[in-house]
Amino acid sequence: MPFSLNSKTVDREFTKSVEEISGEPLTKCMQCGTCSGLCPVEATGDVSPRQIIHLTALGQRDKVMNVKFAWICASCYACQLRCPRGLDIPKIIEAIRLITLRKNENFIEPFAIETGCNTDIPQIALVSAFRKHTA
Amino acid sequence: MKIGYYPGCTLKTKALNLEQAAIQSMAALGVEMVELDRWNCCGAVYSLADDDLIHILAPVRDLIRAKDQGYNKIVVLCSMCYNTLARANLLMRNDEVKRKTINDFLEEENDYAGEVEVVHLLNVLKDDIGWDKLQEAVVKPFTDVKLAPYYGCTLTRPTEISIDEGISHTIFKEFLEALGATVVEWDDAEVCCGSYEIISNPDTAKKTVSKIIRSAEKRYADALVLSCPLCEYNLGRRQTDMIKAEDDLKPLPTYYFTQLLAIALGLSPEVVRLELNTPEARAWLDENK
Repeated sequence: MPFSLNSKTVDREFTKSVEEISGEPLTKCMQCGTCSGLCPVEATGDVSPRQIIHLTALGQRDKVMNVKFAWICASCYACQLRCPRGLDIPKIIEAIRLITLRKNENFIEPFAIETGCNTDIPQIALVSAFRKHTA
Repeated sequence: MKIGYYPGCTLKTKALNLEQAAIQSMAALGVEMVELDRWNCCGAVYSLADDDLIHILAPVRDLIRAKDQGYNKIVVLCSMCYNTLARANLLMRNDEVKRKTINDFLEEENDYAGEVEVVHLLNVLKDDIGWDKLQEAVVKPFTDVKLAPYYGCTLTRPTEISIDEGISHTIFKEFLEALGATVVEWDDAEVCCGSYEIISNPDTAKKTVSKIIRSAEKRYADALVLSCPLCEYNLGRRQTDMIKAEDDLKPLPTYYFTQLLAIALGLSPEVVRLELNTPEARAWLDENK
């Protein structure tokens, strides 16, 4: 994903917000890609965990807000287990989601959920989906 | 022996087959699981934002109730509840500043500093019963059966709340071996099943579920054994739907570990509640047990 770095595309406040919410310093990431190799949903996403961290560290708010990766990550912690820099990557991804959710914007609308699946759906599925994907 | 027990919402409705088999099996092994007098939803997922303490209150309230009732240890069956409660407990134990904020906010409750230990039932079986004693209590062993243990994400990650030590985990394997089964060593025992993405992004869940079923079948597993009601939903009840695009995959039975425990201990079918499993799971057990 090519992108240009200039005063129009770099939003330092965005990087700062993600670091503040997650408590993780993004510059610690050395872009080794171990997280991407371990991520079980990387192949179904538009960017990898390594890429989304890179884009966030470089203040690429618009790009990060327009990719779906943060919404398919289920915080399974496979990446965090082996990050050589000790970054808690799921916390970074959670912060990216929260930047949208805290503007009161939902990723899923509870009343629009496909009803075919929800007659026997366990409560933990609904509670966790609403916790992670609604404002 | 008595032990405090936190059930969680799903075990009282959709996962009765996880709960009832556990309570009866433990009773047969001499352990009474005493449900907390009062408990609430743990929140299902642990809050990952540094500035979000409001979502930690629910699990902390449960832990305070456990302490107030005099328990120094509570057992949990649901993997997601285990993860949420154990992580909230660690926060209360280790983070002085956040502990004070939470205790001050919950002024109507007694102060809490992580005094209660949160354990999963597999830990109780390993540490309080012991594999040897469990093996002796087995009357109907799963001989000649290949079972694949499935930990999912929340039993072993992050490391600080893992139910087992080290990076390659064996507690589930040891449990199934005590039941007399041949245990399948496979690559995807701790890979995410897709979790709640089944609601928000079903296509993502289809890929994770198919990959896990394929991996288990490749190692000739007869069945998957798990501990989480959401994993059971994705990999069990919704399995047929999730793998229908993959022509070469055949349905793989899934069971809660507590159900197999109850069967091995010779408990009655009313305890095992197999009617809540998939038809494939019922049929396979009819043939093999």
